[in-house]
Amino acid sequence: MSNPRNNNSFHVIVIGGGITGTGVARDCALRGLKVLLIERYDITHGATGRNHGLMHSGARYAVSDPANAAECMAENLILRRIARHCVEETDGLFISLPGDDLNYQHRFADACVGAGINAEIISTREAIALEPAVNPNLIGAVRVPDAAIDPFRLTLANVLDAEAHGATILTHHAVTRILTSGSATVGVVATDENGNRAEFHAPVIVNAAGIWGQHIAQLAGVTLNMFPARGALLIFGHRVNNMVINRCRKPSNGDILVPDDIVCVLGTTSDRVPLTEIDNTHVTNHEVDLLLSEGVKLVPRLASTRILRAYAGIRPLVAADSAATGRDISRGIVCIDHALRDGLEGFITITGGKMMTYRLMAQQATDLVCKKLGSKARCTTADTPLPGSEPGPETNEEDELLQPVSFAHRAAEGRHGSRIDMIHDERPEQRALVCECEHVSTAEVDYAISQLRASSLARLRRRTRLGMGTCQGKMCACRAAAMMAQRDGKPEQHIADLNTFLSERWKGIRPVAWGATLSEAQLSALTYQALCGTNLISSPTPSTLPQNEV
Amino acid sequence: MSKATHNFFISSISDNNFEQCLKCSICTVYCPVSAVEPLFPGPKQAGPDGERYRLKNPRFTDDSLKLCLNCKRCEVACPHDVRIGDIIQRARLQNSKHKPGIRARLLASTDLVGKIATRLTPAFNTILSLKTTKEYKHRMLGIDRHFAFPTYARVTFEKWFEKNAAKKQSGFSQQVAYFHGCHVNYNDTAPGIAFVNVMNKLGFGVTLINDEKCCGNPFMANGMPQKALKLAFHNLNQLRLTSQQVPIVLTTSSTCTFTIRDEYNFVLGLDNHDVRDKISLATRFIYKKIEDGELILPPVKPDFKLRIAYHSACHMEKLGWSFYSSSLLRMIPGVQLIMLDSLCCGMAGTYGFKTENYRRSLKIGEPLFQAIREAEADVVVTDCEMCKQQIEAATGARVLHPIEVLAMALDD
Repeated sequence: MSNPRNNNSFHVIVIGGGITGTGVARDCALRGLKVLLIERYDITHGATGRNHGLMHSGARYAVSDPANAAECMAENLILRRIARHCVEETDGLFISLPGDDLNYQHRFADACVGAGINAEIISTREAIALEPAVNPNLIGAVRVPDAAIDPFRLTLANVLDAEAHGATILTHHAVTRILTSGSATVGVVATDENGNRAEFHAPVIVNAAGIWGQHIAQLAGVTLNMFPARGALLIFGHRVNNMVINRCRKPSNGDILVPDDIVCVLGTTSDRVPLTEIDNTHVTNHEVDLLLSEGVKLVPRLASTRILRAYAGIRPLVAADSAATGRDISRGIVCIDHALRDGLEGFITITGGKMMTYRLMAQQATDLVCKKLGSKARCTTADTPLPGSEPGPETNEEDELLQPVSFAHRAAEGRHGSRIDMIHDERPEQRALVCECEHVSTAEVDYAISQLRASSLARLRRRTRLGMGTCQGKMCACRAAAMMAQRDGKPEQHIADLNTFLSERWKGIRPVAWGATLSEAQLSALTYQALCGTNLISSPTPSTLPQNEV
Repeated sequence: MSKATHNFFISSISDNNFEQCLKCSICTVYCPVSAVEPLFPGPKQAGPDGERYRLKNPRFTDDSLKLCLNCKRCEVACPHDVRIGDIIQRARLQNSKHKPGIRARLLASTDLVGKIATRLTPAFNTILSLKTTKEYKHRMLGIDRHFAFPTYARVTFEKWFEKNAAKKQSGFSQQVAYFHGCHVNYNDTAPGIAFVNVMNKLGFGVTLINDEKCCGNPFMANGMPQKALKLAFHNLNQLRLTSQQVPIVLTTSSTCTFTIRDEYNFVLGLDNHDVRDKISLATRFIYKKIEDGELILPPVKPDFKLRIAYHSACHMEKLGWSFYSSSLLRMIPGVQLIMLDSLCCGMAGTYGFKTENYRRSLKIGEPLFQAIREAEADVVVTDCEMCKQQIEAATGARVLHPIEVLAMALDD
């Protein structure tokens, strides 16, 4: 394995800053490779930032795809160890409602056990005691080791570890060309948002672009048929459940409710969309109605719970047949060596799979990378904790009583795990809140700006939860924009960014804008327009601004 | 993860009331603690915002919640009717990590301490006023040395009633029941005696509630929800029994009234709807009777003259009933009424007694004390016994209950 010659040369270029791409970048970096990761927008921009945050036990696929289910369960156990600070061990229930087939429940429980998933049929009374939010009319329940996982934290932790091991992460750069020499790829051309181009070289390229992988493959001159299956989800204002609640039936619409941090997320739908529609993540009224009507069957209280926003993502499924919805397509990992398949040396596609199995996907892709580079380095990601999840002293409640910490400190500890030590909130002004709903302090914003390269409000949101709370950015967006402007001295840029950010918040609010959600949005609009006069400021000009939202 | 959030209180959260919060922060503007205490996150933060995190993990319940006075001025200010104070009060009770200490038990047990103390007065009062006692309370119990503990009556109100008033009550054609509260019984019987005199003059006989006990508010404020619940059950039952014979139950203490009417349901989760509307402050009852033409205010002493500064206690504000007490006072010929701006006195029941709160308590009350000094009134009038305690100690002003003023004014 030769060492890359210069700054633009690498052992491997990874395309895509989702959980798969960042996982590959981390694995490669841990194995001593010089890695470049290129992402068109920001990390987690695609399906990674637009899913349930469900850490499957695999139970959902136990009946239809036992091999995939077993894979999920194995990875589930690994993530509990290596990504402790991203995981909440909630456990899950699969409930049967009147009209559901109880025979399916038995088939389901047997299939789980067959796949190594510790599933246990429990009484309905026990289910209600465990999770009082479930529909009290349920006729059956199975307890499974599901959990909740934060995809933003997980991806960020992979990025941080990749960088700590020498990887270069290039965001807001789109791959516009794949360079080939003979029958091998040798590099890429990346173009930034202002149209500036740069060339990067590497003997191996990993296509981890998710649903956009078909386009990347095209650039390399090979075909890859993706099956874009769109899934819409709803975020509720607070937790109504403390366990994952699934419907025990063949996977269908709106049958999973996941407690994610301090909200809960209901999903999903599954509809095939044309490839031209993969950048459209607007949620339709029909999708909202469909989710709600199914969701209230799982948890009746959802009917009266405030909805914060709706969002949609596109599953990167690999086309296998002409299925209508994508529910039947395997969630199995697809790792393609295009040298074998298409005679194109140096090009690898890693796709399919689940967020749950990202680490295994990264391992398989990196094994192939190493084989091509002649490296014998072994994968260590199953045993190496991610940054933030390193073993540390357990928080002792008695100590806390002696040395009280602020609410925001506790919230930040939940978000950054053991890296909380890097957030300096000793002084009162550092503990002052920027985002009140999510308890994000100025210290945490400072940390995100300086250590996590949160250069725009959207980037800050993905790294801290700022603006993700009940008011969706009414108070915090303005404050955070001011902090950023103070630090980099570019107020015009951040005023424009503020407008972009608020428009993006509104995009998710609009499909669910009724009741308190609508009142809140109106108050926000008045605050920003009538009070701050943001409507008098001209709209952002695309050439100078980070366009990190579609 | 812990399932500690699922105890008996959770049932009262089911209406998701806190999600109506639009984060407008008006509550924080009206919070008397936020105005003087930077360590208090404010009602919005401690209430609806904190609640989302507490639903995830009770670990997010911290000691800053104890800084809340439970004055409910946040709820009065909220344009969306979010029960902010209830959310804080409930979180405090649900997740309190500490076992109540001697001080909490002493301050909360108004009935027990009152029973012992009234037997031992005046010796008990002397002991309480001794410097060494104050020093002991300050250091060992955390009851501030500066504070003049309420003195105890030689004869409890119930005993006075038994001896001086009980017999003649059956002579009236109309009857009302009276929930006197602990303070009237053990500490300051004057409003109770005034109440009986006034009602008799208006033509109503007075019946006491059989086996009335403390309303439970001090137990809620001092982290003992189970005790509060027991008392609430008891009082609700006794009130139901009494109201079968005497359907009108009157009170003179604004906090007892507010506790039975609102806190029993919103904080303790008890169904009190059948009792709630039968309970009213005496001033409200009298004012409404006069307003409806069912009652005529009897003649007042011809030379009666009194310049009154009326203070709206926090729980009066929450009940929305300051109007009745102040309007009734205005009806009395010879009364010149100055309506003080509605501000918290800082005492909040037992809050101001505590060493760690004493200074903050006075700081909270200072704008009110200043207004009282400037009003140059003959007396301050308020419906709350603990406001009376605080205002007297802080300003030296004479403080009366509105019923006492009415009793003073009416011609013999």
